Amino acid sequence: MLEPVNISFEALNLSTLMPMLIAIGGGLIILLIDLVKENLHKSLYVMLTILILLVDLGATTGLTYGATEKGFFDVLLMDGIAVLSQVLILVASILFIPLSLTSKRFHEYSYPEFFALFLFMIAGFQFMVSSDNLILIFVGLETASLSLYTLIALHNRNNSFEAAVKYFTMGALAAGFFTMGSAVLYGISGSLELGQIATAISERMNDSGVMILVLGGAGLLLAAFAFKLSLFPFHTWAPDVYEGASAPLAGYMSVVPKIAAFVVSMRIFEMFIELQVHWVQTMIIVLAVITMTITNLMALVQEDVKRMLAYSSISHAGFVMVAIALATDKANTGVFLYYALFMFTNLGAFTMLWVSRHKDRVHHSRFDHPYEKFAGMIKIMPMGAIVMALFMLSLAGVPPFSVFWGKIYLMSATVDAGYLWLAVVMGLNSAIAAYYYLKLIVYMFLKEPSSDINQKIVYYNVSKPLLTILGFAVIVTVASIFMVNPLIDYINTMIQATNFGI
Amino acid sequence: MDSILSILIFFPALAGFLGFVVDKHSAKVYGVAVASIELILSLWLWAKFDLSNAGMQFSEKVDLIPQFGISYNVGVDGISLFIVIMAALITLLGIILLRDDTKKMKNMIVSLLFLEMTMVGVFLTLDAIIFYLFWELSLVPMLYIIGAWGGADRVYAAVKFFLYTFAGSLIMLVGLLSMAYLYHTATGNWSFSILDWYTLELTETQQFWIFLAFFSGFAIKVPMFPFHTWLPWAHGQAPTIGSVILAAVLLKMGTYGFVRFSLPILPDASVAFTPFIMTLSIIMIIYTAMVAFAQKDMKQVIAYSSVSHMGVIMLGVFAMNAEGLGGSIFLMLSHGIVSGALFMLVGVIYERTGTKVMSEFGGLASIMPVYATIFGVMLMASVGLPLTIGFVGEFLVLLGFYHVSTIGTILAGTTIIIGSVYMLVLFKRSFFGPVTNEKNRGLKDLDRRELTALIPLVMIVVWLGVYPKPVLGPIDNSVKLLLTQMEKKAISTETKEAIVISKKEAK
Repeated sequence: MLEPVNISFEALNLSTLMPMLIAIGGGLIILLIDLVKENLHKSLYVMLTILILLVDLGATTGLTYGATEKGFFDVLLMDGIAVLSQVLILVASILFIPLSLTSKRFHEYSYPEFFALFLFMIAGFQFMVSSDNLILIFVGLETASLSLYTLIALHNRNNSFEAAVKYFTMGALAAGFFTMGSAVLYGISGSLELGQIATAISERMNDSGVMILVLGGAGLLLAAFAFKLSLFPFHTWAPDVYEGASAPLAGYMSVVPKIAAFVVSMRIFEMFIELQVHWVQTMIIVLAVITMTITNLMALVQEDVKRMLAYSSISHAGFVMVAIALATDKANTGVFLYYALFMFTNLGAFTMLWVSRHKDRVHHSRFDHPYEKFAGMIKIMPMGAIVMALFMLSLAGVPPFSVFWGKIYLMSATVDAGYLWLAVVMGLNSAIAAYYYLKLIVYMFLKEPSSDINQKIVYYNVSKPLLTILGFAVIVTVASIFMVNPLIDYINTMIQATNFGI
Repeated sequence: MDSILSILIFFPALAGFLGFVVDKHSAKVYGVAVASIELILSLWLWAKFDLSNAGMQFSEKVDLIPQFGISYNVGVDGISLFIVIMAALITLLGIILLRDDTKKMKNMIVSLLFLEMTMVGVFLTLDAIIFYLFWELSLVPMLYIIGAWGGADRVYAAVKFFLYTFAGSLIMLVGLLSMAYLYHTATGNWSFSILDWYTLELTETQQFWIFLAFFSGFAIKVPMFPFHTWLPWAHGQAPTIGSVILAAVLLKMGTYGFVRFSLPILPDASVAFTPFIMTLSIIMIIYTAMVAFAQKDMKQVIAYSSVSHMGVIMLGVFAMNAEGLGGSIFLMLSHGIVSGALFMLVGVIYERTGTKVMSEFGGLASIMPVYATIFGVMLMASVGLPLTIGFVGEFLVLLGFYHVSTIGTILAGTTIIIGSVYMLVLFKRSFFGPVTNEKNRGLKDLDRRELTALIPLVMIVVWLGVYPKPVLGPIDNSVKLLLTQMEKKAISTETKEAIVISKKEAK
């Protein structure tokens, strides 16, 4: 006979569950509305989604957080980075979802399920970042990923199906790695909670054979997250998936899943680094350096802007991965600062692609956004060209645009940690990357437009909501110098309210 | 008006934004008006400048990112004052010289105004990150100017220019970040203010590595041999206005960086690196002078001779005494005026004939006497004829460098003679003798627009050649202060001995 479990209601601390519940409840509301009345316009669902996300944001920022703030049978952990990353995820989602209000009709947005899935995905990410329990992290990760696969496939084209299936298979493989890694850690420590795993490992550190198990577990988990963060050599799926997904989703994928995966990586790998498992640190640095270099070189030869941006996001992820290896407070601050700023620039760049998206491939038999499409854009639509050039310069790390501040903060953290050579490698990689961003600028400003391209073709998909989002992205990208200090302040407070590696 | 420096920096940028609205037929007049106001403001700064104060004046400081020690911090001293005035002057004259039928005139004016902001910003800012910000930002309008109005290979030249400089300065950025880190470990505060860095003591190993990082940024910009390969491309493809600004102002950012950053922050490393820099500079002077001699294209001759003279400036910077350093700063100004004027003159003849190849010309002096006279004056200034602006700087640099190395001085001095040979050959082939090309008979002499742009430069060449004191005085004050700081900061006795502040002390 099982013992009855006695837990007081207060100990459940149900308020920690509120943010996820709001997202899930919101998704259900959208499904209910569809049940009652059909053929409603997508604008209704978009606005509802935004409102639900705003409520969610309010609930998240209102949470009490702390390094040991636990809830719901102690599986949820509302520490600083949990709240911080949820805020970033929600803000990014609020900014990306209005991109579905295009002037042309796209298949996926006519289904309310799209928006419900979108909200479920966000709930998944929220679970993933606010737990130190490997099972819950896994559940969150899979909820989010499965929704994301479906969202990609909804973009009813052959290469979207291909992308979704590719992403799904690769994701399944990563899930396999993750479970095996967790199993190994469970075998060592008899627990799935990171804090207890850390204690157990540090106690058994000198037992014979334990080190091999630790390395096995860490290696398997590293492989799983290398898949999710698209690090070399597990990055090959990313460009195809970005190409197959619609531009807003591709932009979304380059930010939100990455933030979530970085938060979990911080929790897991900085624990190992704290435990003096140097192999993990070396391995991460090697992965980061190879990732940024190889993908930068690959990006140089792309003919399609979206594929180029895909490779560039991988390279940016490699750049940020360095911070995980450093495992200092400053580096962790850098990760969030980088993504908070990168988010707006990438939002803008992908919106520009979305604005110019056609239903049929009018410019190239294989690509939607070949460089030729943007040739001579300064003559056809000067504002568009200047805005796109701003985003490219920002991505290249030209000051004072947003990504530059993230870059120098991370490079500075690298210098502080004593890895001067690594900072130089990061700098040189930014210089290589400048070439492919410049290539687009050269096409837009210095080439003649091909005769059959006019404003109507490039501005095909434009609408007021898209322009609003674009304007927002421009303002943040240009004026970021004034936002860096409050951001660093906020992120720092959150990082201080977090225990790493315990 | 205490915020005159901020006005100087941001006025052109604001005008650039508003310039988008101005009608394209009025754009040039708008540009001239804005650039004139900027020049008047900079002259006013000179008028208000306290000549006896060697330190930073008109300082402003606003914290931007206090968490990370970044603040908007500007100030002007004798070293930067005249470079700023020169930048404003060259921009104005360059805009005046633009032909009225330049295509996309509005884009050109807007780019030039943004470029002016970055140039003035680089020379006035005292915060390393803001310096870096303007430094990198200056690449963007220049990329567009070369790429949109340049010659046949303009895109290649523009991208090469951008990437070369960008790569070098990212390594420099690592150096800047390390400096901030070292400052943080020493004092517990984050600061990117170079005035704070001046007070920081560093070991010789630290100085060595940071010097190398700074060197990679500055040397590419100067451009030092062997990093000069981007420059002939850029000059060869750039439109006249691009070459003028590139040679007159943008290259000075590199030498200015050495003066403002490398010398006072890293005195020991600077002295230790002097033989290395000296060797590179002398190779640069001699090699590019010989290359210039072999060119057939008039613009390339001037481009290479401009690089050659940058070598003389580098020698002066690393002479570590008041004559050499002061002379090299004066030479930066005169190089800006003279090479700017020479590129303008080549542009003038290119607009008329569509060619820059010297063999196409001959006997131009009889067809275009005024043009030939102005060209002659600038040529003489370029080779350093006494009583022209070029002589003062070169003489002081060689005098200063004589204390460091006799052989180096002789080698560099000889090159000035080689320099005069190729310049005179250029002049002889193109301007004297019979008219070889019948097509050239109908060429018109300088018109009013071109004269407006060139006459002020001729006047400055003669004025400062005869009476350089108003400019040399403030420069000398600030240079002596800088050298005193260096000597105080230096840790090894050899460095202290190498730095000579005034002649009395040397004896």
